[in-house]
Amino acid sequence: MFDVTTSLQQRFTLLRSNADNWSLRYVSETTHALSVTRNVIDPPFFQKDEGAMIYVRLKGIETYVATSDLTVAGLQRALERAEQYAEALARYSLIDFTDMPVATAKADYVSPNLDKAFPDTREWLDILAAESAAVPRNERFVDWSAELNIVETEQIYLNNHGACLRQSQRFLFPDMRVTAYDGKDTQTRTLGFGRLGQQGGRETIDRIGLVGCAPRLADEALQLLLAPNTPNETLDLLLMPDQMILQIHESIGHPLELDRILGDERNYAGTSFVKPDMFGTYPYGSELLNVSFDPDIPEEIASYSHDDDGCPARKELLIERGILKRPLGGALSQRRSGMAGVANSRACSWNRPPIDRMANLNVENGNKSLAQLIAGIERGVLMASNRSWSIDDARNKFQFGCEWGQMIEQGQLTHVVKNPNYRGVSAQFWRSLSAVGDASTREVMGTAHCGKGEPNQAIRVGHASPACVFSHVDVFGGEA
Amino acid sequence: MTTTPCASTEKPVDVFTALVDWLRTAVSTEEHFTLWYSAEASDFIRFNQAKVRQAGHVQQAEATLKLIQGERHANFKVALSGDPVADRSSLQDALTSLRKIVATLPADPYLLMDTSPWRSENIQPGDLASAGEISEQVTTLAKGQDLVGFYAGGPVYRGFASSWGSFGWHEASSCTFDWSLFEPQGNAVKSMYASTYWDSSKVAMQMDSAQRQLAHFGKPTRQLSPGEYRAYLAPAALNEVVGLLNWGSFSARQLATKRSALQKLHSGQMSLSPLVSWREQASGSLSPAFTPAGFQRQDKQLVEAGKMVGQLVSPRSAREYGLTQNGASNGENSQSLVMEAGTLATEDILKTLGTGLYIGNLWYLNYSDMTVARLTGMTRFACFWVENGEIVAPVSTMRFDDSIFNFLGSSLEAVTQNRDLCVSDSTYGQRHTDSTLLPGVLTSRFTLTL
Repeated sequence: MFDVTTSLQQRFTLLRSNADNWSLRYVSETTHALSVTRNVIDPPFFQKDEGAMIYVRLKGIETYVATSDLTVAGLQRALERAEQYAEALARYSLIDFTDMPVATAKADYVSPNLDKAFPDTREWLDILAAESAAVPRNERFVDWSAELNIVETEQIYLNNHGACLRQSQRFLFPDMRVTAYDGKDTQTRTLGFGRLGQQGGRETIDRIGLVGCAPRLADEALQLLLAPNTPNETLDLLLMPDQMILQIHESIGHPLELDRILGDERNYAGTSFVKPDMFGTYPYGSELLNVSFDPDIPEEIASYSHDDDGCPARKELLIERGILKRPLGGALSQRRSGMAGVANSRACSWNRPPIDRMANLNVENGNKSLAQLIAGIERGVLMASNRSWSIDDARNKFQFGCEWGQMIEQGQLTHVVKNPNYRGVSAQFWRSLSAVGDASTREVMGTAHCGKGEPNQAIRVGHASPACVFSHVDVFGGEA
Repeated sequence: MTTTPCASTEKPVDVFTALVDWLRTAVSTEEHFTLWYSAEASDFIRFNQAKVRQAGHVQQAEATLKLIQGERHANFKVALSGDPVADRSSLQDALTSLRKIVATLPADPYLLMDTSPWRSENIQPGDLASAGEISEQVTTLAKGQDLVGFYAGGPVYRGFASSWGSFGWHEASSCTFDWSLFEPQGNAVKSMYASTYWDSSKVAMQMDSAQRQLAHFGKPTRQLSPGEYRAYLAPAALNEVVGLLNWGSFSARQLATKRSALQKLHSGQMSLSPLVSWREQASGSLSPAFTPAGFQRQDKQLVEAGKMVGQLVSPRSAREYGLTQNGASNGENSQSLVMEAGTLATEDILKTLGTGLYIGNLWYLNYSDMTVARLTGMTRFACFWVENGEIVAPVSTMRFDDSIFNFLGSSLEAVTQNRDLCVSDSTYGQRHTDSTLLPGVLTSRFTLTL
């Protein structure tokens, strides 16, 4: 772990610059992408990526150059090129970086259980093959697969003020998918649609429940084929954690990103219905809604000690008892807006610059068991496992679809319904939050594919949530 | 500043060739390999409020090595530094790892390789400006306006070679400048400049046009109610529809496993309008003429007069399903989709629409019910209410939810003569080279829901 540190520091020490501040962010990332489709091992894919981004602050602007040439000469060339860009572009800069604080901290962050035994590629393939083989024989099963992506990263941040921030992390993204077809309709059940990622070791796979999930998913896919469509009706809606992840992500996370509020993303990812003057007073949700930026949950995907600008990360409530308190903005956005934020300036790899990103964005637990949540619903529907997501560029009008639906009538779960969808408006939807599940209903999840930024970046984000109930929601089914 | 992704002054094609030559000596007579090369040297400049928000330069190169022993195989992608010794060492490490894992794998029943010694070379030179020149010109042209945008430019390289002697090289220097002009209420007009050379006079013309469109936003916004509307979808809006369908709808694998949104079109149960014809136009496209798997891309008619007549077949699907591969990548996505033009002249669009919705762009599409190709998404940027052939008001952002078998099927009235080349501005991981050539479409029924 961190074997490259001494050598990298030696190379960094040899760099020369006229800039006021310069820094280097080194990233090494190894990926294993393994899958078994219909009991055939797909060709395994491995990746070793390595490079560094050099940042320079000069004449009031910050510029970057990324290179995979990590020799002293290569890094010096990158540094000089960054200086040239700063000289050429300073007069056009939107932001004056003069007097921006610089990091000086030294810290290490390591994923849980990195020192524990970890299966090799062949062992993982055997686990996936066994799960694939556990799908029962039935001509209606037309497709199924078991897969696992393992990503190991080391990141080292150095600057000319002595900071040294190191992260060594392992991320696991397991999934299983079973598709059934009856000659007219197709229905798919997944373990988590690729959104069950966690940090850690072998134990994450047990925690997420990959092993042994195939028969249940297969059975549920067949149940969906036989199920009626979700009714077109205004109902109470019980969202399970694997749908809450999308609801939080799209209708709280993105609208609270401070760079969106400041207009940086208007040409691509979009803007936000949230305006700066809403913080402190705006009723984002009902009094039951508490939302945190929490980098301290060890297994959650985006737990870390410092962000990619070198700012220390700590838990902050963004929404407290329904009131909007704080945006998702790193040091630069905080300076631009004059608002307090969080340490969420992050880059997806060495070849992309940090911007405001979600990290771990969680809904805090309530006090009701799942049975109590269901018992409190006169007529409603439970939805689980997101399969479709769409929201406007200001993050207000949304429509989401799930794999699994089940009616709730007079406080009891009743029959399964297929093609469950619902739509609403963010600014109203969270105010209809009427019950929040307790710790027994909570799950920790994470995706590797949150897209944003120019140049584009797909980054890992975590979400933990209990099951939640929303009142009077516009739900509907499909046509098939 | 002209740069290459290589540390040395060697041309990327020479760097790639040297790696291939070394690999030929590194594998045994019982082994085969393929090597895919991807590199770029890119200037990236973000603009906000007509000033530079964030700027820099990225040099990256990577190679994906496939090792084949009989019918057992695996792939390893490594970052290349540009230093020949270090890069050979990286490939040697990858080769060692692959030998270790491939020895444990069973034969892959779906492996299919092109063992012919084909050659392909395409070099498209460009004439791009420096980051400083572009920043100066854009900030000057947009002075006093609220421009937000992104410039990406520089050379892109793709290479393929195999131990059977095939060799492909694609090299193109190009840029995209994807930008929007905003007015104070938050409405915007979006434009894209894409070329092999930077021409600020053309950007200035686009900006004039955008300013004229922006003037429509001075009128009070029309709030539409959910319901069915006549609508015109401009090429950029149709590009979003096609983009969603391209998540595997044309894929032989998805069709065989009943996971394609075009399943009912494929089976003949449903049809699109006779005005709809789509084909994968590999020849002459902006993308490489060959795939990472080492097959040469082919033209393929996918939809002809509303009927599905073809699918994208990768080598793997070809072997699994007994089909003929047609140069599709393993993901079986279109890289250069072309839609047949129609007869509606540009100057007749508003008049033919009469009263209805002019949709300049759509956004964030996904499926409501994939089985019947029912999509949902949002209007974005330049969308207007039209009455009696005249734009009378901008419209507030609305959600649609409708099946393509309706708005591109029984309700499709006309397709425009003019088509727009929509060049991908995606930079996820690397600068992408996909494109579409699409007309606008006029439909008598387009359902808004929220």
